[in-house]
Order: sequence, then structure tokens, then C-alpha cells
Amino acid sequence: MANTDKQVNELIKREYEHGFVTDIEADTFEPGLNEDVIRRLSAVKGEPEFMLEWRLKAYRRWLEMDEPEWAHVHYPKVDYQNISYYSAPKRPEDMPQSLDEVDPELLRTYEKLGIPLHERAALAGVAVDAVFDSVSVATTFKEPLAKAGVIFCSISEAVHEHPELVKKYLGSVVPIGDNFFACLNAATFSDGTFVYIPKGVRCPMELSTYFRINAANTGQFERTLIIAEEGSYVSYLEGCTAPMRDENQLHAAVVELVALDDAQIKYSTVQNWYPGDENGIGGIYNFVTKRGAAIGKNSKISWTQVETGSAITWKYPSCILRGENSVGEFYSVALTNNYQQADTGTKMIHLGKNTSSTIISKGISAGHSSNAYRGLVKFGPGAEGARNFTQCDSLLIGDRSAAHTFPYIENKNKNSIVEHEATTSKVSDEQMFLCRQRGIDPEQAVSMIVNGFCKEVFKELPMEFAVEAGKLLEVSLEGSVG
Amino acid sequence: MLSIKNLHASVEGKEILKGINLEIKAGEVHAIMGPNGSGKSTLSQVLAGNEAFEVTEGEVLMDGNNLLDLETEERARDGIFLAFQYPVEIPGVSNMQFLRTAVNSLRRHRGEEEMNAAEFMKLARETSKQVDLDPNFLKRGVNEGFSGGEKKRNEILQALLLQPRLAILDETDSGLDIDALKVVADGVNALKSKDRAVLMVTHYQRLLNHIVPDYVHVLADGRIVKSGGSELAFELEERGYGWLGINDAVAS
Ligand SMILES: Nc1ncnc2c1ncn2[C@@H]1O[C@H](COP(=O)(O)OP(=O)(O)OP(=O)(O)O)[C@@H](O)[C@H]1O
Ligand SMILES: [Mg+2]
Repeated sequence: MANTDKQVNELIKREYEHGFVTDIEADTFEPGLNEDVIRRLSAVKGEPEFMLEWRLKAYRRWLEMDEPEWAHVHYPKVDYQNISYYSAPKRPEDMPQSLDEVDPELLRTYEKLGIPLHERAALAGVAVDAVFDSVSVATTFKEPLAKAGVIFCSISEAVHEHPELVKKYLGSVVPIGDNFFACLNAATFSDGTFVYIPKGVRCPMELSTYFRINAANTGQFERTLIIAEEGSYVSYLEGCTAPMRDENQLHAAVVELVALDDAQIKYSTVQNWYPGDENGIGGIYNFVTKRGAAIGKNSKISWTQVETGSAITWKYPSCILRGENSVGEFYSVALTNNYQQADTGTKMIHLGKNTSSTIISKGISAGHSSNAYRGLVKFGPGAEGARNFTQCDSLLIGDRSAAHTFPYIENKNKNSIVEHEATTSKVSDEQMFLCRQRGIDPEQAVSMIVNGFCKEVFKELPMEFAVEAGKLLEVSLEGSVG
Repeated sequence: MLSIKNLHASVEGKEILKGINLEIKAGEVHAIMGPNGSGKSTLSQVLAGNEAFEVTEGEVLMDGNNLLDLETEERARDGIFLAFQYPVEIPGVSNMQFLRTAVNSLRRHRGEEEMNAAEFMKLARETSKQVDLDPNFLKRGVNEGFSGGEKKRNEILQALLLQPRLAILDETDSGLDIDALKVVADGVNALKSKDRAVLMVTHYQRLLNHIVPDYVHVLADGRIVKSGGSELAFELEERGYGWLGINDAVAS
């Protein structure tokens, strides 16, 4: 409605007049959240009407919701009026111009992680043009993708270029009012990624490297939507092993995956947000909603995650197994050190016949940290012949850390099978003595033992990341022995 | 090379070693025998630096330097190796990776270049054949599901790869069949040289048929009560420990 647009524009103008934003080109909104802020956000992004309506609907729902308190984590209340809900991407001239301007400590970590030289600068936030021609990088990736008919773009771009797909699928897996954080995300999401794989197409590359270079500037409320049409395949990697720092304390992302008949989506995450210091000061609150809908028959959704960062992690990548014979997988390594808290796991919702799911969770707790696995396996009445296998292992390092396991099983079908195995072990003094007796440093010994413990999950990661993930554990465990 | 003087050690407040004196020179092979519970493993562990044991008195010098001041890994890098009586498992860590990490730790310490995966694989495969261990064992988790005898051969494999100056073998011959005993003994003999030494704990004379010791010591109730040449082992085999005045109550 042109009328609304006019109102919005007037509103924006009025606020400028009132000095909320002094500079017309200002990049950041004043902190605060109300309907006007959402209108401005949508206007700044030039969104079509349907998007604004969607956001407003979410916002109104959100106002009626309470923050969840059941996760096994503790944190001071977040003041949602004290957050700025829009911040434009940094301009190249505001970024460091070369690696010489970057914190050497950060560069040392990159080196330890074995991150390729040409990527380090980009990750450190150096203006990309100063390092290499970003346009050429983008096109190298974009050309083969376009040829295959794959759409891979920012969600903002998709809202403009592919509104019919966005309308159809956005919120179809994680509905607006799903939970407090997802609802906030729906109202305020800054940007994110959109992937569409057409029928019968096997995505010609791992959707990772390109993303990884651009990952450093993603916002606080990220939104990702991946659609795999009939018989297609895509492997997507989010995040990177490089430590990510961000002034925004709260991160509430939403990821939605949709797999149609015979389609496969493999979604891998490496999460290494700033965990806070060794005394538990600072760090990111990472409250994420990730869910995949295996709607098609014989479809498959596979989550692999390596979570080492954030002060608090709250996330349960889940699969809704609706299609007959559909498959859900969850492979997870969650490591907490110092005062980190993680409450993570998965939900496997079996609705279709002969659906099957596998859960392999490896939790490692060091320092004073607390690490909880929370998993739900649910069989609906129609889930004839469905099965789940869950293996849930915890490893403790030192004697001040904690591990918890909360498995929930809801079974409404007699002809389904659940198998659950759980173990808790410690890195034993005898193992440490053996390693050290062979000349191995205590820290290297711990990291080697922990890596061995995580092997089943690492082998699910794309090759180059498996190696980095191993090193990431080593870096994350620094200071956990001694 | 190694000089132990009046060494006392306890575990959980209980004194186990009650004044050990022992001199080991380069090129020598020493055997330690003695009843169960007399402190043989404790001595081995204390020398290797196991922090579960507390040294309450005495000193140990290695090449004239105070060994007890060093961390376990530093002692290992100086050439002390302990083949464990009960090798522990490390699930998920491949033997290959473990061994390469160990070898490279020592190489780094000596200022040598680290071995890459391919080079090391070749060396490890050859060495595993030397102890009659199928190279497939290199891919398995460290000692994970190994039989008793396989664990012992794996210990010798490690010794051969790490080339220690002082190899302490704690009952590496126990639980071995006759062929395996020969393999282990050959391994130990391959380690022997004029600038290395071997300290082996054993209950059986049969190992000493393959590895002839220069000295045999009898440990009882935390003290060395008798030392002699290799003929002492035969005597013990024949007569037991009773004639040495070792109290059976202590011995068991
Ligand atoms: N961690 C421990 N806690 C308590 N007691 C211990 C511990 N380790 C050893 N001991 C005790 O110390 C004594 C010596 O044990 P040690 O293992 O050194 O004997 P050993 O001579 O090696 O015996 P064996 O021939 O059976 O191997 C035993 O009485 C044993 O129970
Ligand atoms: Mg013993």
C-alpha cells in the first residue's frame, strides 16, 4: 500500500528531525525496539510490503512472549531496549587497510588454526579490496553456481529477487511464534543467506569458502533459508574456526532448511564466537533456532556442528521427518572451558513412515564450565517402523567442570525403535601420564585425547574443516590443564 | 648414567620405597626381581615421574643432574622410557598419531626436523613388523581392545621408535607366549648399546635366557636386599625368596 510507504517515509523523516539520527547517512540505529524501529529497518532495506507485514506480525507476537528459562544456563537479563537493531556494513575505509593494523594475537591464532594465508586478512576484517580482488573471487564462485541454476545470495537480495520463494518458505519451518528468540529474529533479522537448489541439481561446490570470507560481517540477528528441490544435494558450511569477535552480546539466529523428495541437505557449523575471558567476563550469548524439514520422501537432513565459542550457547538443530523414509542426522561436538555454558542438542520429530534418525553428541567440559546435552526423540502416531539411534558421550577435564544429559523420548507409535547409549568419562591421570611419559606436552596430550573422543563427528565435516576443527579444539583447550 | 641414593617414596601416606640405592651405568642391563607388592612398579613409576607417588627422601641423579626436579615429559625427552606393566587405553586416538606425536616431541626437543605423516608411516610400519605386530594395529586406538600380549609388543614398538637411553621395562615379559617372548627379547636386545641402559622388572628367569643381565637385584618390602650377577636369577628360580629371609607375609 502506497499509503503505508508514505507514512513510513514520513516517520523516518520525523525521527531524523527529532535528532534520533543526526547524520542522514548514519549507519546505526539508536538502541531501542518498537514498531517504528521495525518500519525503519524494513524501509532502510527497501523491503516489499509483505516483508514489513511479516516483521510486524512477529513483533506483536514477541511482545506477548516470555523469555524461556528452562535451559540449563544462567545469565543476566538482556535489555532488549538497549540493543541497536540496524547497523550498515562497515565501509572499506573504516576497516584496517592491511594486516599490519590487525591485533597480532588474532593473527597468531589464525596461524595455529592453519587458516590459509589469503583468507586471514579477510577474516581479520581488512578491507577486502586491499587484499585481493573481491569481485573476481565472487564471480569464480558465482559462475558455476549460476550455470547449475543454484541461487546463493543474501536473504535481503532474495526478498527482492525471489519474493515468491521467500513468501512460500520463510517461516515455514520455524514459524514466527516458535519461540522467544526466533520470534525476535523474525521481527528484526538483519541479514543472512538464501540458498535454492533446483530439481535434480547437485550443487557443484561446497558452499563454504565464499561464505567464510564474507562471514565476518554478518549481523546479530541472522536468518538463513535453504531449499533443496526434488533430487538435489547441497552441502553448506556456516561460520569458521577463526575466533569471531563482535560487540553485540546477543546473537539470535534462525536457520530453516527444506528438503523435498529425494533431496539432501548437509549443514555444518563451526562456531567460535568470543567466549568471554578466563574469568567469565564478556562473551557472546548465542541463542539459535535451527530446524530442517524433511518434507519429501527419501529426503535427508544432516546437521554437523562444532561448538567451541560463545559464553552461552543455546541451540538444538532439529529435524522434522515428515516424508516417508526420510533421514535426520545430528553430529555434534560441544566444548566448554573456563566459565562457558552450553545447552545444546537436537530434536528428531518422526512423523512419516520408516523415518530414521541418528544422534551422535560429544560434550567436553573443562575448567569451571557446564555442558548439557538436551535431546528430544519423538515418534508421531504415523511413524510406523521409525527408528532412532542416540549416542551421547561426555568427557570431563579436571574436576570443576560439569556435564549433564537430558534425553527426552515421546513415543506414540508401537512399531518404532529407540536405542540410547550414554557415557561419561574423564581424561584420566593414567592417560595423561602415558602421554607425558612419551615426551608429549600436557596440553598437546589433552587435545589429542579430546580429538580422539570427537573423531566420529569430525569425520562428518568437510575435509579441510575437519583438520581445522581439530586444531580449534587445541586452541580452545589452552589453559585447561596445569 | 643413573644414580639412585636412599630413595624413599610413598603413596597415599603409605611408604612403599624405603631407601633404594642403585647405580646404573651406560651399556649395562639390570634386572629387578622380587615378590608381588615389594615396590618394583613403584620404583619404575617414580623414576618416570608419576605424580601419584611422593618422594619423601633421597635423590636420583641422571648424568649428574637431579632427575626428580624434572617434569615427566622432560625426563622422557632426556631419554627415560617406561614400558608399563598395565598399558592404558586411549580410545579414538590412533596408535599412529600417538606415536608420531611422541616421536616428534622428542625430535623437536633435540632440535631435529619433525617427521611428516608419510615418512613416519613408513618407519612405523617397518618397526611394527620387527615386533611382529600387524601394521593394522597402527590404525587402531592406542591399546584399544589390544590383547595382553599385543599391548606388551606395542610397548616395545614404542621403545624402538623412541630409542631411549634408559629403558625401564615393567614385566614386559608377563603374559607372553613363547614366540612373543622371543620377539620382545629381540626388541630389547636391539635397543642395547654401549651408551644405553636397560632396567627390567621380571618374575621369570626365562626372559633372562634371552637378555642376559649384568646385574640382578632382589627388591623386598621397598629395599634391595640382595644383588648379584645373572647367576642370582637361576638361584631365585630354584630356591624362591625364602632363603633370603624375606618374610612371606610381606611378600604376599
Ligand atoms: N596408587 C596406589 N594406592 C595405594 N597403594 C598402592 C598404589 N600403588 C601401589 N600401591 C601399593 O604399593 C605396594 C607396591 O606396589 P607395586 O605395584 O610397586 O608392587 P610390585 O613389586 O610391582 O608388585 P607386582 O609384582 O605384583 O607387580 C603394594 O602394596 C601396592 O598395593
Ligand atoms: Mg608391578
